[in-house]
Amino acid sequence: MTAAARAELPASECDTLDLKALYAETDIAALLADFDRDLIGLTPVKQRIREIAAYLLIARARERVGLTAGTPTLHMAFTGNPGTGKTTVALRMAGILHRLGYVRKGHLVSVTRDDLVGQYIGHTAPKTKEVLKRAMGGVLFIDEAYYLHRPENEKDYGQEAIEILLQVMENQREDLVVVLAGYKTRLDSFFASNPGFRSRIAHHIDFPDYNDAELLAIAETFAVENEYRLSAAARQAMVDYIARRRHQPSFANARSIRNAFDRARLRQAMRLFAGNGSVDRAALQTIEDSDIRASRVFTS
Amino acid sequence: MRVTQGAFSFLPDLTDQQIAAQVEYCLRQEWAVSVEFTDDPHPRNTYWEMWGMPMFDLRDAAGVMSEIRACRQANPDTYVRVSAFDSTRGWETIRLSFLVQRPAEEPGFRLERVEAEGRTIRYALRAYALDRPAGRRYAAPPSRGRQP
Repeated sequence: MTAAARAELPASECDTLDLKALYAETDIAALLADFDRDLIGLTPVKQRIREIAAYLLIARARERVGLTAGTPTLHMAFTGNPGTGKTTVALRMAGILHRLGYVRKGHLVSVTRDDLVGQYIGHTAPKTKEVLKRAMGGVLFIDEAYYLHRPENEKDYGQEAIEILLQVMENQREDLVVVLAGYKTRLDSFFASNPGFRSRIAHHIDFPDYNDAELLAIAETFAVENEYRLSAAARQAMVDYIARRRHQPSFANARSIRNAFDRARLRQAMRLFAGNGSVDRAALQTIEDSDIRASRVFTS
Repeated sequence: MRVTQGAFSFLPDLTDQQIAAQVEYCLRQEWAVSVEFTDDPHPRNTYWEMWGMPMFDLRDAAGVMSEIRACRQANPDTYVRVSAFDSTRGWETIRLSFLVQRPAEEPGFRLERVEAEGRTIRYALRAYALDRPAGRRYAAPPSRGRQP
């Protein structure tokens, strides 16, 4: 916990604490409610995040009554297929940890191997350190972290980046939280070859694939966010689309749905443009089933 | 003689917590913070050695503090300063600069009289520390032994 967060807590006068009051004080309830409402599905993820929030709240309560509250390790690993919301959750996580007073600034620095590993000898360490410095006070999100380790090339500079990362993860736990993300199997083998990483990461969170109903809800959320509306027929077309798209190659959960929605917007624009030239507000808003059924998914 | 250069130099030396608070202020103003060091204390010595690149896009002082600590460890008994550069159009200059380390002993300066044409007297300021070669101006590293 930061010094500033500690200072705002009143000194302990009695030994009983009202957890509800502490809960209200941190405003975490509103944040978790937003989290529940805005993100569709992801039940196990939400459960884990509620656990972490409770843990941090208790750590705060313990500190207030004078029990030892060593800085808890909060480094996390997010595993799951593409498009299951890992980056989105990491962004929210930064906000939650900031609200709980665990990170000072609450920003997210999202990097991949290219941002950490250099091209020649002596290039990696400054590069990694610069990224770490930028992430201090917030959350460092390393997407597809397993690319850092290239077992087939023992001269690879990735190992140097890993060593610096491990050192900072251990010694500056109060300054930043590191989140690793990627496919489950590949991240598991990465941890197997870098046991130091596994032991320094307290929370392994698995992101499940979305089911069809959740994907439809996500499509509708995109529509509402962009002030579009799916007609009843378009909604049915979307249901069919999701059922078909799932079995096609390179299916990326919510990301595929967002792309499908973007293409439907394109087709809607083309349809209106090719029409009789007069449009009203409703026509501009509505996506028809023809916009979705024109997709390649239905023809192949 | 205590060298007074940059901001806060008439105050007691800043603690790390105070330094972090100042750096925090600089970052809030979106200035790029850098760490520099030197063993030439002359007030007109503006070109100090850079400790790494200036740090852009930082959000928190922790990154700067770890660089300051690393610089102090690698260069004990030198002057270390923190500078904050404002890149806003029209400013484009250092907005704040202050010392974060000074040698344990600062021998100070002597005034030299230089006789110029027509027996005009000109004055020069010379640091006693500069009598010794670079790297041995303050405490000499014990392994290298004493210079005569």
